[in-house]
This record gives sequence, C-alpha cells and structure tokens, in this order.
Amino acid sequence: MFHDDTIAAISTPFGEGGIGIVRLSGRDSIKIVEKIFTSPKNKSLKDLGSNRVIYGHIKDPLTGEEIDEVLVTVMRSPYTYTREDVVEINCHGGMVTLRKTLELVLKEGARLAEPGEFTKRAFINGRIDLSQAEAVLDLIRSKTDESRRIAIEQLQGGLSEKITALRDRLKELCAYLEAYIDFPEDDIEIASKEDMLESMKEIGTELQKLLKTYDEARFFREGLSTAIVGRPNVGKSSLLNALLRKDRAIVTELPGTTRDVIEEYLNIDGLPLRIMDTAGIRNVQDIAEKEGVKRSLQSIENADLVIAIFDGSEHLSDEDFEVMEKIKGKNAIIVMNKCDLPSVFDKDMFASCVLHHASCILQISATRGDGLEELKDRIFESCLKDWKEGRDGVLVTNLRHKIAIENALASLERAISGFLEDKPLEIIALELRDSLDRLGEIVGAVTTEDILENIFKNFCIGK
Amino acid sequence: MYKDGDYDIVVIGAGHAGCEAALASARLGFSTCLFTINLDTIAQMSCNPAIGGLAKGHLVREIDALGGEMAKVTDRAGIQFRMLNMSKGPAVWSLRAQADRVLYRLSMRKVIESQENLDIKQDTVEKIIVDDRKVKGVLTSLGIFYGAGAVIVTTGTFLKGLIHIGLENFPAGRAGEFPSVGLSDSLRGLGLKIGRFKTCTPPRLDAKTIDFSKTEPQWGDEPPQPFSYSTEKITNPQLPCYLTYTNSETHKIIFDNLDRSSIYSGRVKGTGPRYCPSIEDKVVMFPERQRHQVFLEPEGLDTKEYYANGIFTSLPYDMQVSLIRTIPGLEEAEIMRPGYAIEYDFVYPTQLKHNLETKIIDGLFLAGQINGTSGYEEAAAQGLMAGINALLKLQGKEPLILGRHEAYIGVLIDDLITKGTSEPYRMFTSRAEYRLLLRHDNADLRLMDKGYEIGLLGKEVYQKFQEKKRLTDEELQRIKKTRIRFEGTDRDESLEQLLKRPEITYKFIEESSPSDKFLTPEIKKQIEIQVKYDGYIRRQMEMAERLKKIEEKKISEDFDYTSVKGLSKEVLSKLQEVRPANLGQASRIPGVTPAAISLLLVTIEKLKRQSGCKGAA
Repeated sequence: MFHDDTIAAISTPFGEGGIGIVRLSGRDSIKIVEKIFTSPKNKSLKDLGSNRVIYGHIKDPLTGEEIDEVLVTVMRSPYTYTREDVVEINCHGGMVTLRKTLELVLKEGARLAEPGEFTKRAFINGRIDLSQAEAVLDLIRSKTDESRRIAIEQLQGGLSEKITALRDRLKELCAYLEAYIDFPEDDIEIASKEDMLESMKEIGTELQKLLKTYDEARFFREGLSTAIVGRPNVGKSSLLNALLRKDRAIVTELPGTTRDVIEEYLNIDGLPLRIMDTAGIRNVQDIAEKEGVKRSLQSIENADLVIAIFDGSEHLSDEDFEVMEKIKGKNAIIVMNKCDLPSVFDKDMFASCVLHHASCILQISATRGDGLEELKDRIFESCLKDWKEGRDGVLVTNLRHKIAIENALASLERAISGFLEDKPLEIIALELRDSLDRLGEIVGAVTTEDILENIFKNFCIGK
Repeated sequence: MYKDGDYDIVVIGAGHAGCEAALASARLGFSTCLFTINLDTIAQMSCNPAIGGLAKGHLVREIDALGGEMAKVTDRAGIQFRMLNMSKGPAVWSLRAQADRVLYRLSMRKVIESQENLDIKQDTVEKIIVDDRKVKGVLTSLGIFYGAGAVIVTTGTFLKGLIHIGLENFPAGRAGEFPSVGLSDSLRGLGLKIGRFKTCTPPRLDAKTIDFSKTEPQWGDEPPQPFSYSTEKITNPQLPCYLTYTNSETHKIIFDNLDRSSIYSGRVKGTGPRYCPSIEDKVVMFPERQRHQVFLEPEGLDTKEYYANGIFTSLPYDMQVSLIRTIPGLEEAEIMRPGYAIEYDFVYPTQLKHNLETKIIDGLFLAGQINGTSGYEEAAAQGLMAGINALLKLQGKEPLILGRHEAYIGVLIDDLITKGTSEPYRMFTSRAEYRLLLRHDNADLRLMDKGYEIGLLGKEVYQKFQEKKRLTDEELQRIKKTRIRFEGTDRDESLEQLLKRPEITYKFIEESSPSDKFLTPEIKKQIEIQVKYDGYIRRQMEMAERLKKIEEKKISEDFDYTSVKGLSKEVLSKLQEVRPANLGQASRIPGVTPAAISLLLVTIEKLKRQSGCKGAA
C-alpha cells in the first residue's frame, strides 16, 4: 500500500540450484541488512561504495546464530533498478537459508514485497520506460491472480475459518472498548476487565498455536525431503529422471555412478518434494565413493520420506537386506523396479521381509514409466495423512500469513500488558485495532463500520 | 422575475451549518446573503438542548480553533458543563454542555445580525439557477432572483420534511415549521441523487407536573469549563439534569401498541440512526433489558419545558402520555410537545468533493444534515468548511482540506465523500484512526495556525495561543534537560523520563524542580499528556506521515477508470461513483483492494508520461 517503505523478496526462482538472492529495495535497505550482516574485517555496508560486493556472514542478531556465508551487493539510489537503494544478498545454502535470511530482513523492518512490486517501483520512479508499462500492469495482474490462487489453496486447510473466528473475537473486544469509550453516558454493561483479559489471552494462545504450525509445515515451503535409496544400479537415478522427466543424474550401467547426493525438486499436486538421489549403498573402497555412501546414510536419517528401491529382475543381495535394515522405522515406500523384466525372486518372501515397515509394494518400471502415477499417489498420501489427522487441517504455510499472525500477536501482547499496567483504554483499543488490522491482511479488513455494527447489535445505545 | 441583488455567496438555511458558513464568508469580506424560512428560528436546536459529547465536543473545539462561532455561543448559552470520560485517557475526554435553547438562538442571531457584509432574508429558496453547469444564483418563493458566485445549501431536515406522530403525518421542516419542497426537486433536476433518512425526537414535558424528588439529579462540573479558547468564564447560572428509568409497565404499553407506531407500522420509509433508536426500537431489540435511562434535561433558564432524552418516539399522542406516566417522577407529567419522527431528503454525499462542492455543479456547496449527517456539531463543522472553501474557490485559491490526522472535521468530510453513509452519520471517536492525535485539549495546536492564516481567527486569541505554545515548548525542553535523582534510585534521570512513569504527574515536577515561568493549568496538563503519550503519539504521526505520501498521488477529475484493465466490476463501479481525488482516498473506499490501487497507480503514471510526451512534441 505504501510506496516508500523498504520491500524484500527472494528474487531467484524457487528451488533452482543452491545459490539464491534476497533482494531489498527502499530507503532503509542498507540499514536493515547492516543489522544482520557481519564482515570478517568488520567493514560497514554504509561505507561501501555503490555497486560493490562484500563478503561476510548473515547472523541472527537475536541468537547470534550464523545463517549463511554470503556476498552482499550494495547499489545506491538513483542508479539502480528501482531508483531506490537496493541491496542483494547472495546466499549459498539453498532454499532453507534463503528463507531464513528473508525472514530476518523482514523482522528487521522490511516488508514482504507484493507481486511485481520491484518492477512497479522501477516504473513509478521512471526507471523503466513507457513502452513497458503494459508489461508492468500484466505483471501485477498475473502475479496477483497467482498469489490469490495460492492463497486460496493455502486457506482451504481451514486457516481462513480459524483466523476469521479469532478476528471476530477481537472485533467483539474492540466493540466493547469502543462502546465504553464513545458512550460514557449510556447505561451499558461491558464485560469485566478480567473477562476481557481472559479472552485476549485465549486469542493469543490460539495465534501462538497457529505460528507453531508454520515451522511444522516447513516442507510445504522447502519441499518434503525425500531420499531414494537402494543398492547400486537398481534404478534410483532412472526413477528420479522418470519423475522429473529429464536427465539430471548421470545414469550408466556401471555401479556407483552417482557419487554425490543430488537434490531435485518435484511438485506433486502442489506438494513440493526435495528429492535426494543417493549414491548406492554398498561396501566400497574408493574414497570419493565412500563419502557418497556416508552421505546417503545421512540423508536417509534426515529424510521425511524414503523411497526404497529394489531390482525385481535380480535376486536379493546382502546389500538389499542392508537397505531394508537402514529404512526401519522410517516413513517409507517400497518400490520394486524393472517390472518390465521377468521377475526372478519370490515376491511373498520379499513381502514378508519388508512389509513390517511399509504397507505395500509398488511394482514399477522406471524406464518404461509403468506404475509412476500410482507411486505419486502413494507419496502424496503418505505425506498428507499425518496432517489430515490431529491438526484440524489448519496449517500456516505462507510466509506472508506468518508475518501477519506474528504482528497480530505482538500487538495483542502489547494490549494485554497495557491492560495489566492500567494504561488508558484508548491505548488498549489502539493495540487491539492494530491486531485486528493485521489479521485482516489475511482474511479481509474489519472496518469501523463493522465495529459500530457490533456495538449497536450488542448494546442499547441511545441515551 | 425581480432581481434583488448580487452576492458573492448565498447560504440557504440558517441552522448550525448555515450560520457558520455565512459568518465565515462575511467575516472575510465577501458579500453574503443568508436565507431562512423563519427569522425567529435562526440557529434553532431542533432536537436535544445540548452541544458536545464524545467526538462532538472535539468538533466544537476544532470549529473554535478555526475561528468559527459555535463554541462561543455555547459558552454564552450553556447551563451545565461536564467533561465526559475523565476516568479514561485524555484523548477521549470530551466536553458536553446543556444549553438554553432560546439563549442559544438569540445569541447566535445577535452575532449574525451584527456582522458586516451579511444580509439576512426570510424567504424560501425554490430553485438553484445554473448555467452551463455553473451556479448563477437562486430563485425564491416570492419569485425574486439573487445572483451568487457560490451557493451553499444547508437545509437540515427541511427538504420534503414529513412529520409522523402515530399514524398521522404532515409536511413540516421541524414541528411547527414549513418544509422546503421545491428546492429538493431543483437539486434532483440538476442531476444529484437524493435519498431519504429519518430521525426521531422525544416528548417535551412541563416541569410543574414532574416530581423531581423521585429522580436523581445530575450536576455539571464546578467550576464549568468553557468550550471556546476565548471564553474566560461561564457566567450563566448552572442547572442539573435528572435521571429516571422506564420499567416493565412502560415496555408493555409499547409492545402492545407497536401497530400504532409510525416506525413499526411501516409508514416511515427513511433509514434512522442506530445510535439514537426510538424507545419502540429499544424495547423490541433488547427485550431482556429491565429498564432504560430517561434524562430530563432543562430546555432553558426561563422555561418549564423539559426534554425527555431517551424516549425518542413516534407513537401517537395518547400512547406517549400513557407510557410517560409509567415512569417514576412522571406519573402526572403533561406533555407540552409530543415526540415525533421526521423523514427528510438528503443528498448522497459521495457526490461531493473534499471542499464540499458538488462534483457536477461548479460553485454549488452542500453542508450539514443535507449531506446525510446528524448533529449540530457535525453540521456546524461542515458549514464552516463549506463557507471557507466557497471563498477560496471564488478567490481561485487551493481549498482548505483537513487531513484525517489533523482534525475530526477531516475524518467527517473524508468519510462522507469517500464511504457515503447508510444512516444519519454521527461522529464517534472510533472513526478516527489517529485518535490519540485528535484530542480535545490540542485543537488549538492542531488548527489555530490554519484559522489565523485564513483570517477567521482573531489576532488576540492567536497571540494568546502563540504564547501558550511558546511556554509549552520551552517547558518541554527544560524538563528534557533538567536531571534529578529520584529517591530510591542510584542515577540521575531527566524530569521528562520521570514524568513518563505512570504514578508521576506534573505536580511532582512543580514540587521538585519548578519552572521559573508562570504556567497555566492548561499548559501543565498539555505537557503531561505530550510526555506520557509520547511513544503512541509518535507512532500515530509516523502512520499519518506515510499516509500523506499516497495522498500526494492525485487522480484527475476526468480520469477514465475503464482505462485501468484488470479491475473487478465491483471495484470499477465504486471508483466511478466516488471519483476519488487521490490514491489515499481511493484506498479508503470500501472494497477497493491494494492490488487495484497498484493498477491505478501504474496506469496514472503511464498516462502522465504519455501526456508529457505529447507536450514535449
């Protein structure tokens, strides 16, 4: 809404590669990044010339935790894309540190950019010429539609209803206070101070619960980490390629071709997967390969989901049994590959071995594409069933929503402490209105008219 | 057609809006003519005999700071003054006064009559004369034409006024007064969209027949504080109001006779105010309430008439008598004037610009109840602003538009022209998003510079204000610099820091480290408020500052909203209806989304540059 504050966003596409950029634009860009950036020689960004790059680290100023090793570029107004001060932070640690860095700059006073907002500023400030105006408008329109689509999807989980309910409770509290302030001579009974305080605390607890789900739901944003494991040459990389429909991993007939953990992003009906194609698990001598196996084991340990793959055309080996051993107790899907070739071992025996940690065995052919859709279904189900149970489906997955809830909670907490300190009621009302406005950013604004409506509904006004 | 004169400004209606408008115009040296249907009811308080109250009191102070008249007249006519909400914080303190109805009217009339450049005429204006979408003058019922550079219409409830008492109804402007019928059609003929509102009044009772011993007297503050910055002292004798209550018997009478209420029988079509419901409404909507308050308010020093505040009704006379007599103290009360409901025409205020001029007719200004508001204070505030802005327009100067962060007057006008209103609009403090800035105590700090610059605020008052401001600022500086050790602490703190503590008041500073200047109680209070509220005031100022930036993005009057592709139908039609003056106003229209504002911003910029290119070529 405002056009002179400092905005920030991740300006590289989601999930592509390990390097990404958090970009800020606005008068406080440099000041904000300064607060979370340290350089080895204690150089200050303020003293840095325009278009210069500086090496250093992003640290959480609150905890001192080091987030990432970065390169920061400072570009000074007016010779920048937006004609405002622009700072770009090149992060190297992948999506997780990018997000974390973005959250830090938002905490330090930047505002999450609206869709197309950098370009909009570039245009408004005369940086882009008129011929591109239509393109800017298209951008705002299309991104708006996009974000709305996402928002609607996000909210289907009941978040909207939940927030609306909390917002309405806050609205009622506001109406009480406002009635008390604006109609001192009317004979109205407002709730007792204790009741109001109790109500505020309850709303606060609910907001805190919602905030917690944001962390729990991180896989919605960062991708559910999924490890594909199996002994060498059972077709892990072929499966990955089949899912991605492109040749990313090197696939050869030689066992041990995949020596590192390869990260890929896959989207199944809106559920992002971060797939780690691992080196085959086997006894090796080669040092590089050894490292690869070690990482594979590590990635199984960290994975939210494991896809264990076996070769149906060959007899089970010791290495296969080792894989079965490793995935014990994990959320796993068992895949028997190469179903296009004649099966050579006893399926029942196999089933009895693995079924104690997986509900069924899928037969697929990674090269021919058989059974892939079923596999995707199974992945989707196995991830979401936990969420459907036990959480009423309410999940905060969107950073914008998370920030709004955090701000609402902060205002509410100020209202509560104000109440306890006996601050004047109009101050409490100010904080509550602020809290209400913040929740309104998610589910639609509450107007003064709505509050008045509530007053006249609940109280007999008219001296 | 007889032509009687040419005026710079013609004001139609001499109520609270009309008087302020006419005075502003005449005081600044413009020839002004004020029309009234009845000379004897200039500045008549049609409804309750009180001025001020929450948010309304703020408006009165603002009118005073700009150089208007309402506060001064109230101080001369006031017979009880109370500062409301003293148990709450200073931002929501507000003064309310009971006023002697006759004294108020005569006091304002005296001011009007002694004003140079101001003619007063008893006649009914029937028609606004317009040529090529520009106001030329007015035509009265006597067939007389008066030329005018600008016309301000302040007709209150008089446009096609229709009074209902029970199932009876008759045309009237107020009880006992003629309505204005032709003018409403004239406005409609000019292309203005007209709606219909209603409002209700209570019966007036004869004090001789009231047993006050059965009621609770309520006295005002002692000593009474005046409204106006220029009033030294309230000199009228002060009177109490009396509080009594309805009971189940009262409620039963109302329930049993709802079919005889003009409101409940469906005869009154207009929408009434929710904050001022009829007693019928109260009983129906809140059946669980055992009793409702009735305030008996004196109509004046020299009259026995009492206003039964709380029993707004449109029941027939006999029912009014029966229900009144169920109330303690009123068992034998005689009604001098019955309560009634009145329906009247109003003009949808979204058809106005920020200066209160209609968008479609150049030089035609509307102020007061005609814009869908209720209340004397809301009317007077608009009247003053319409008067000032009509003059500025004639002089070819920029209009005086008060921001939402500067004055309740700013909130009032911006709300009306941006959001419209679905019921008679009354000011509440909750309507102001910068409530902590818009205080009763600082109306002078907010507005006196403006009032003086325009020329309405007297030199003497202004100098007094400047002196007060200087002393306040100096003292604020001094307490910032002066450090003392507070007992029980181990380091020096500034007086300012100490004053921020909830338990410490300015009295502590006076005792421990007094100023060598003479500071009035007002100044001391001001310092206390500014220091204690400091963080919040700054927070609201920052918000206001940011808002100002988007207010600076102007939208031209003839902007074609259909050229903004991607707006939803709903947003488009709202923008077309309101035609906001700037992006800030656009963003306040209900239903207009931030994305729509972005589209609008980029499109405006695009057009600006395109026209710039043409200009260069």
